Amino acid sequence: MKKYFPYLLKYKKALWLAPLLVIVDVVCEIFQPALMSKIVDQGISQKNLHYILTTGGLMVGLSIIAIAANVGNIYYSSTASVGFSAELRKGMFNKIQQFSFSNLDKFSSSSLTTRLTNDVNILQDVIVMLLRLLIRAPLMLLFAAIIAVQINAGLATVIAIAIPVLSTCIYFLLRRGFPFFEKMQKRLDKVNAVVQENLINVRVIKSFVREDFEKKKFGGANEDLREMSVKASGIVVLIMPVMQLVMNVSIVAIVWFGGNKIIAGTFQVGQLMSFITYITQILMSLTMLSMTIMTFSRAGASSERILEVLNTEPDIIDSPLAKEKDLHVHKGKVEFKNVFFKYHADGSEYVLKNINVIINPGETVAIIGATGSSKSTLVQLIPRLYDVTRGNILVDDADVRNYTLQNLRNGVSMVLQQNELFSGTIRQNLKWGDINATDEEIIAAAKDAQAHDFIMSFPKQYESILGQSGVNVSGGQKQRLCIARAILKKPPILILDDSTSAVDTATDAKIRAALKLHLHGTTTFVIAQRISSIQSADKIILLDNGEIIGSGTHNELIKTSSIYQEIYFSQQLKEVDQV
Amino acid sequence: MSEPTNIKSIPAGLPGRRGKIFVEKPRNSKQVIFRLWKYLRKQKILLLIIVALLLINTTTTLVGSYLLRPIINKYILPHNIPGLARMIFLLLGIYLLGSIAGIFQNRLMIVVAQKTISIIRIDLFNRIQSLPLKFFDTHVHGELMSRFTNDIDNISDSLNTSVTQFLASALTLSGIIVMMIYISPLLTLVTLVIVPLMLLVASQIIKRSKKFFTSQQVALGAVNGFVEEMITGQKVVKVFCYEENIAKEFEAINYDLRYKATQAQLYSGVMMPVIQNLNTINFALTAAVGGLLAVLKGLDIGGLAAFLQYSRQFGRPVNEISSEYNSLQSALAGAERIFEILDEIPEIPDLPDAIPLKNVKGDIQFSNVMFGYDPDKIILKNISLRAKAGQKIAFVGSTGAGKTTITNLLPRFYDIQSGLITVDGIDIKKLQRNSLRSSLAMVLQDTHLFTATVMENIRYGKLEATDKEVIDAAILAGADSFITRLPKGYQSILENDGGNLSQGQRQLLNIARATVAKPAILILDEATSSIDTRTEQIIQKGMDQLMQGRTSLVIAHRLSTVHNADEIMVLENGEIIERGTHEALLKQKGRYYELYTGQFD
Repeated sequence: MKKYFPYLLKYKKALWLAPLLVIVDVVCEIFQPALMSKIVDQGISQKNLHYILTTGGLMVGLSIIAIAANVGNIYYSSTASVGFSAELRKGMFNKIQQFSFSNLDKFSSSSLTTRLTNDVNILQDVIVMLLRLLIRAPLMLLFAAIIAVQINAGLATVIAIAIPVLSTCIYFLLRRGFPFFEKMQKRLDKVNAVVQENLINVRVIKSFVREDFEKKKFGGANEDLREMSVKASGIVVLIMPVMQLVMNVSIVAIVWFGGNKIIAGTFQVGQLMSFITYITQILMSLTMLSMTIMTFSRAGASSERILEVLNTEPDIIDSPLAKEKDLHVHKGKVEFKNVFFKYHADGSEYVLKNINVIINPGETVAIIGATGSSKSTLVQLIPRLYDVTRGNILVDDADVRNYTLQNLRNGVSMVLQQNELFSGTIRQNLKWGDINATDEEIIAAAKDAQAHDFIMSFPKQYESILGQSGVNVSGGQKQRLCIARAILKKPPILILDDSTSAVDTATDAKIRAALKLHLHGTTTFVIAQRISSIQSADKIILLDNGEIIGSGTHNELIKTSSIYQEIYFSQQLKEVDQV
Repeated sequence: MSEPTNIKSIPAGLPGRRGKIFVEKPRNSKQVIFRLWKYLRKQKILLLIIVALLLINTTTTLVGSYLLRPIINKYILPHNIPGLARMIFLLLGIYLLGSIAGIFQNRLMIVVAQKTISIIRIDLFNRIQSLPLKFFDTHVHGELMSRFTNDIDNISDSLNTSVTQFLASALTLSGIIVMMIYISPLLTLVTLVIVPLMLLVASQIIKRSKKFFTSQQVALGAVNGFVEEMITGQKVVKVFCYEENIAKEFEAINYDLRYKATQAQLYSGVMMPVIQNLNTINFALTAAVGGLLAVLKGLDIGGLAAFLQYSRQFGRPVNEISSEYNSLQSALAGAERIFEILDEIPEIPDLPDAIPLKNVKGDIQFSNVMFGYDPDKIILKNISLRAKAGQKIAFVGSTGAGKTTITNLLPRFYDIQSGLITVDGIDIKKLQRNSLRSSLAMVLQDTHLFTATVMENIRYGKLEATDKEVIDAAILAGADSFITRLPKGYQSILENDGGNLSQGQRQLLNIARATVAKPAILILDEATSSIDTRTEQIIQKGMDQLMQGRTSLVIAHRLSTVHNADEIMVLENGEIIERGTHEALLKQKGRYYELYTGQFD
């Protein structure tokens, strides 16, 4: 709870005004039945027209005040709840901006999105309820009970019995219903998962003619869900009729005992009428209170998910020393010194072991190795996307941890293997590399990445709108846009992580040639599968299982490393022979 | 005497999510209701019972309130205790009957509603199974998912409670008015003056909140979209140090949402309390005027008491009708969207005289095939090719040249605009589609797996395969070694589309899946693109073995994997510009030569 205070702080005024207005509303409403009974018992029996009119006028006046109080309450509770959710969303969003890659790996992106949208909305509803129902219902209950006791303490016994009876009924219904709801949710998730998989796998299903198999699978999951929904909803819908029953029985009791008292002359008809109204109000408030509490407990899960985000401490941050030094990357020298790395501190095996390598400014380094040999991991340590577990990485002879993240990453441009474009124009996307880039610079970068020609073939050229994740360009085009974006940054260090896998070989060669020509001062890391893409590198690092098992130029490796030979011949030998 | 109550009346007054429903409206309510009715009709008898129970419940509530009049007039005021006791038992009986009816009515409605929902869900799923790929190309997954989640939920909620509640409220309201007129037509006039005022206020509030809700939804959509996109691309954001820029952008749309949401919440929130307090004014006026009538015109006290009960009850059904009306509207809008999908045209059925493809040899021929996803935009131009049984045909060319499109035509994922495709000499349009698809297996570029064990995932290729067949296939595909290293081996459960496996491992599983199917025709679309060359070489042997005796169509950008093809087709802009064996194409020194030498500059 405490964690949420900062987000509410801005709305302090609303937070105390809203409950205050609820009190005004409840007071106005609670006296209505009592006044009505006075009209009947005093006005009518004494035939006092003036009394009837003034009391009626008072009732109307109270109602008007109640309307004003209500509108005010809703104004303030809306302001506070919506404001709270906006602040909370902003807080979470900013928090996520500070997350490191390993923080991000802990959450899936769809789960983070849900937390920022649905979960926050649920808390917003909770705040509204808190400022309205949760205060109103108990107040109503309390005031109505006090007035009822004052009208006739004896009759109030009925209320004293009805309240625990109804509470117990609701408690047992909810206790029985809750586990069903949880199960229902699980089964619903299952149904949705089947649908989701079917949508993704539609080609597989069709090509293997598995429609009937899938229908059966879905039918089963669906039937399970139906069964549990009937159980779960079947219980909750009982709450209202049960309340109705308790209420009606209490009314009957009041009519009986009250009627007898009237006959005995100790009670009046008007009082009987108001008493019936009070007991109705009391039991309704009780039910509302229990429903509100139920909603609250469901929101608990959302709150937990939100707190999980807020409580995650970003594990890669600027050190005070780094801020003070304010180093910038200029030359582009990179050195790995006894680097060990694992993703989880408690993981048993290192993914990278004893990495030692020095790359001089302007060199092109290629990294090659089997799937899962930690090539991507290695390069991601340079811009501190992850921090080393042991050892040091030096950029321009300073430990990467002595740079601010901003300065370090501005000096290191990277094309990720799983790269993303954002909705917006091509120009806007490219400008991520350099927000102040001129048109000439953008076009030059696009030309180097071999993207300019296809961009110009679009009707709107650089102003073409890309869909989210660049859905409307092909895989190869997307990769070339990502490369253009990265080189626009003109960084001292450029990292290309398997970034031309969907580009055909001829184009790939052209990109490499262009980079060589225009980025010759840049230290370049290339991860690739094709030997052809890396053959001309100044240095080739051969990784296997997280260890460097060979490094040198192509000509050196081909002589010294049997594995390198193997890779090389697997790609080329036959063709070379045949040529 | 009790006030009609309902579970939904609680959240209805909240300025919460229910308000969102203002946004949508079915375009053709009558038709949608009729179609929903067709589903509900299947349980006509239960529905009749429900309506009967609902009538009992409403009537007992109304009668119960009315009985206050004779109780006061005939028994309490004349001091008739035995008579009062009799009336009390009558009242108790009536209320018990009403409550029992209420309980059964609610439970039965859940049964009917959930049964109906389950049928709709099945229909929707089955229809989606039968739709052509073109449908999936043109619809976003998220949007289709929301039919299964949001839209179905809306209908489910409505059927669970809104429909009966709506009916009950309407009945109660008309019942109350009838009873009021019966007790005192003159006093009813007071209520009839207030009612138009209520309606006027309600319609004004609804009009405003509709407007604000629409703009809130737009703003909410913008926030959600932005969040989703930026979170998905968060790693890129970090690489480019773009955190502050997007935080600024987010702040702007977030505060825009705050403004619009506050307005929307305000207007939707005031609806219920304002109506209720207007009703209190009605109650107050009725009490005062009723008092005057009692004094001046001799209105009986019991009558006044009963009338005041009705008057108090008046506001609730008004509130409920307006809120349930909105939730019904959104349910109808959801139903309409579901029916839209149900109305989509499924894959063209087999011709009546379609023949099954049996003892497939795998002789494939394309003659002058023209095709475009959009008939106006022809992508493949005049494609002619022949793959004799057992041959390996390779397709190379730059991205977007139409390689994948060609392979999609063979299983009739799409039908061609003109030309002819034959398998074993028979036009594929004249074949039973399922038998055609069963005789070929595809390994696709996008690898997807199901939530199930590794064993089950591979077995997907041939459901009746034994464990041994599955393992043999995995060995052949080179997947066995990593599978056996998984904690539970073949029984390891894959989740999240095989999220715990590397891209390469997933491709191996896909190859194993195709292997176990033992098809006559094999289509490999960049099947090994994410496998490193060494591993690829290891599985290449298996692949070669797999392709042995099978006709295979192979797409690869790594030319080393296709050089041993019987014929290589070089595609550009949807046309085959060169064809021949690897050696012949190299001699031509054309596009293939360029592609090939591009690798070794």
